[in-house]
Parts: sequence; C-alpha cells; structure tokens
Amino acid sequence: MNAPLQNASSISCRDLTVSFRGGFEALHKLSLDIPSAEIMALVGPSGCGKTTLLRVLAGLELPTSGELKNEPPIQADQGQIAFVFQQATLLPWRTAIDNVALPLELLRNSAPEYHLTRKECLEIAKDKMQDVGLSDALDRYPRELSGGMKMRVSIARALVTKPKVLLLDEPFAALDEILRDQLGEMLLQLWDKQRFTAVMVTHNISEAVLLSHRIALIQQGQKKAVIPNPLPWPRTDAVRATSEFGELYRKVSLTLRES
Amino acid sequence: MVTLTDKKDAALSVMLVFTVALLGLLMWEVIVWHFELPKALLPTPRQCFRATVEHMDELIQGILSTGLASVAGLAAAVAIGSLLAILFSQSRKLRLALFPYVILLQTVPIVAVAPLLIIWSGYTFRTVVIVTVIVCLFPIVNGVTTGLLSIDRDASDLFRLYRAGRLKTLRSLQMPSAVGHLVLGTKTSAALAVIGAIVAEFFVGNGTSYDGLGTLMTGWQALAKTDALIAALFCSALLGLTLFGSVHLISVTALRRWVQR
Repeated sequence: MNAPLQNASSISCRDLTVSFRGGFEALHKLSLDIPSAEIMALVGPSGCGKTTLLRVLAGLELPTSGELKNEPPIQADQGQIAFVFQQATLLPWRTAIDNVALPLELLRNSAPEYHLTRKECLEIAKDKMQDVGLSDALDRYPRELSGGMKMRVSIARALVTKPKVLLLDEPFAALDEILRDQLGEMLLQLWDKQRFTAVMVTHNISEAVLLSHRIALIQQGQKKAVIPNPLPWPRTDAVRATSEFGELYRKVSLTLRES
Repeated sequence: MVTLTDKKDAALSVMLVFTVALLGLLMWEVIVWHFELPKALLPTPRQCFRATVEHMDELIQGILSTGLASVAGLAAAVAIGSLLAILFSQSRKLRLALFPYVILLQTVPIVAVAPLLIIWSGYTFRTVVIVTVIVCLFPIVNGVTTGLLSIDRDASDLFRLYRAGRLKTLRSLQMPSAVGHLVLGTKTSAALAVIGAIVAEFFVGNGTSYDGLGTLMTGWQALAKTDALIAALFCSALLGLTLFGSVHLISVTALRRWVQR
C-alpha cells in the first residue's frame, strides 16, 4: 500500500526560548528544521534541553519566545501529533487493545474522521496491534505484558491516529539491548509504512545513527550541530558492520565531547 | 491465581490467628479463676458464651439494626465523600476553602456532636446514620481527593496531547486511578462506621424502642450484666470485621480491574 503524500508535516523552529520560573533557560534561541517524513534524532548530555524541545514540539510546553511552524500545519486536536514516553504509560485498568484505542476515544467526534463507533475504534486499534506484532495479546492487561510488549503497545497507541509527527522521548532507554534493537527495527518498519515525521530523543549514539536521517546535537539549550546521516536504507543489521556506521558513530560522539 | 505457597500461607495465618485467640481465652479463664473475680467484674469466656446463647435474639436484632445503620452511613459517606472529592479535584479554590472544614469534621469529637444531632434529628435511626456518615466521611474525602489529584505526569500529558477536556480526563483517567484510594478510604471507614453507629446508639437508645448493639450495651451495663455486655462487644467487633471484609471482597471482585496494578 502506497502512503499518500500528505502523511507528514515538516517542523521548523525559529529562536525557541523556554525559560522557567527562577530564570533557568531550558532552551535558548534554538532553531532547527526537520524535513517532512524524516527521522531526526536528538542527542546531547542530560539536562541539555532535548526533552523540553520535544515537549514544545508536542504543544505540552509553550515557548517563552520564538516560533514553531509545521508545514502543512498540524491539528493537534485531531491526533496529528503523537508522543511516546520513556515509560509505556499504559492505563493499568485497560486491556492492551483498549489502551491503543484510547486516543480514538478521546478524539471521538472532534473531526469527521473520528465519528467512530466503539466497534470501529477497536477495529482500528486491532490493526495497529497487528502492526506491532501483538495480535495475540489484545485482551491482556498491562501487568501481564513484558517491558518490551508494553512499549510496543505504547507505540501502537501513538500511531493509531496516523499522526503526521511522532515524538519519542528515549522510548527504548528502559529496555535491554536486544529488545532495543528489535523495537528500533520495528519503528523503522512502521515509519516505512506510515511515513510520519519523527523526532526521537536518545542517549544511545548507535541508536541515533541507525534509526535517523539526521542527528541534531543539543547542548545547553542550543543546537550545536545537525549531522546528516548518509547510511543506506534499509537499515538492516548489516549496516551496523559497515565502516560508514563506525565513522558516523565516531563523528557524533566526538562532536558531543567537544565542549 | 492461588499458588500452593499462597494456600499454605493462608492456612498458616488462619492457624496462627486461631492459636492466639485460643491462648487469649485460656489466659482469660485462668485469670478469672486465679484471682477469683466476681462475675459482675469479669465473667469467664464460658459465661460470656452462655450469655450470648441466652440473649441470641436480642443480639441478632442488635447486629441487624447497627449493621443496617453502619452500612447505610458508610454507603452515604462513600457517595457524599466521592462527590466532594470530585468537586475538590476540579477547583483549587474550592479545595482551599472547604478542605479545612472537612478536617474539622474529623477533629470534632463525635461524642460531643451526637447530643446536638439528637436535638435536631431526634432519637431516631436517622440520627445514628448521620453520626456514622460524619465519622466515615473524612477518610473517604481525603483518600479520593488524593487519588484524583495524584495522576502520573506522563498520563496527564497524554490526555492533554489529545485535548481531552476536564470531563473526559476526570472520567477516563482520574476516576479510574482513584478507585484504589476509594477502596482504602472505605476500608478505614468501614471499621469506623460500626464505632460511629454504636456511639450514636449510646445516646439515641435511652428510653426508646431502638435496639442496636449500643443500646443493648448501655442497658446491660446499667444492669451489671457484664457477660452479656461482653457478648455484645464481640458482636460489634464481628460486625466491624464483616463490614471490612465485605469492602475487601468487593474490591477484589467487582473493582479488581481498577485496584490491581
């Protein structure tokens, strides 16, 4: 199935500043362009403002000054932007499929495409559960799911509204390395299918290198560099073994260390 | 999902509880014998048991009356308390303005309020229920308010992201998360409910046809029927336990989805 062109929005930030009470500036005049239907990795030391930037992009935090534009514009009240938290953040009293259907329920009747019956919501949620490989865990409660499965449900929930922008805040940080690789691979498959614009905060440089089109380095609330990622697609395991992968890894970690 | 160890543990704990009870009764019997205590001061367990059998009809009637008042009071407290908590969760101003009075309700001694309520509401069942509600209200309001307000930050961000309004957030996030707190508050109140009802009956019972456990107690105390008094005391403890157990039972069956994490 070919994805329609309008499935993603570009993001453009101009001079974003976020200052908190007490004068601390989490972001200082940060400008960043994220092309449509690409994956941008945000890396940087703890407390550099990556998460704040992500929250501003989500509309969860308002910038003190600066401008944020999406092209085509994003209607957040219609589920066009989605967020994956570091913790799966599933509602424990809902089954997996009901968790995935939650955004549809919350958005119900907010736009013509959300005039959905409960049955239709569950049908869509079921498809998403299939996309993340959890068709046989539909009716399980979060406490009955492993950490990796919870994160899959969380990603399915984020994608259930077919968002134009997907924001991920260290989504795999709490998982072990094997699971992290599996879920990264799954994320790329999902991206290939839906072609959303993705912004992913990560501490893991090899994750940033393997899963992105560009890598933005953030330091002290400012953009330090944007490094284009020339690695070939698809990003299979073989890509990891190439010298280009190693070079880019070194470049990112060297740039991070120069400070 | 009861595993073998769970079953063993349950059996062990039941055994231990009964052993302690048996030892307690034995010591009691020995103390009465040894100090040759008069029956009016402290009857033996066996005399108390005989009094229980002798006054069985009155005790059953008492358990029913006091039980009904406790359940009615507890149920009303759950309803009123939850409603208040929902209001408190919606407005910080309302919370700041009214919460101190809810605490006041808790700190005013109920034995001082009961006579006043009798003046207003008479020597009636209704008065007993009102006293019970007052006693039960605080743990529920306090617990449910806390539950409604202590929402995981990410979960509340999730709801904000999809522009879920107050009502949807309340219904789909805050209320389900607060069920555990409601259960905890109701359990605390379940034990208090019986105490509240009996205290009210101490005041209401005098000279009327009302026949709760508290009424029986004051009556038997006046007659120095210590054995029957102790029998009534055990009945009230049994009632409290039953009420507490019922709340627990509801929480692990009907409310299991929301309570289990």
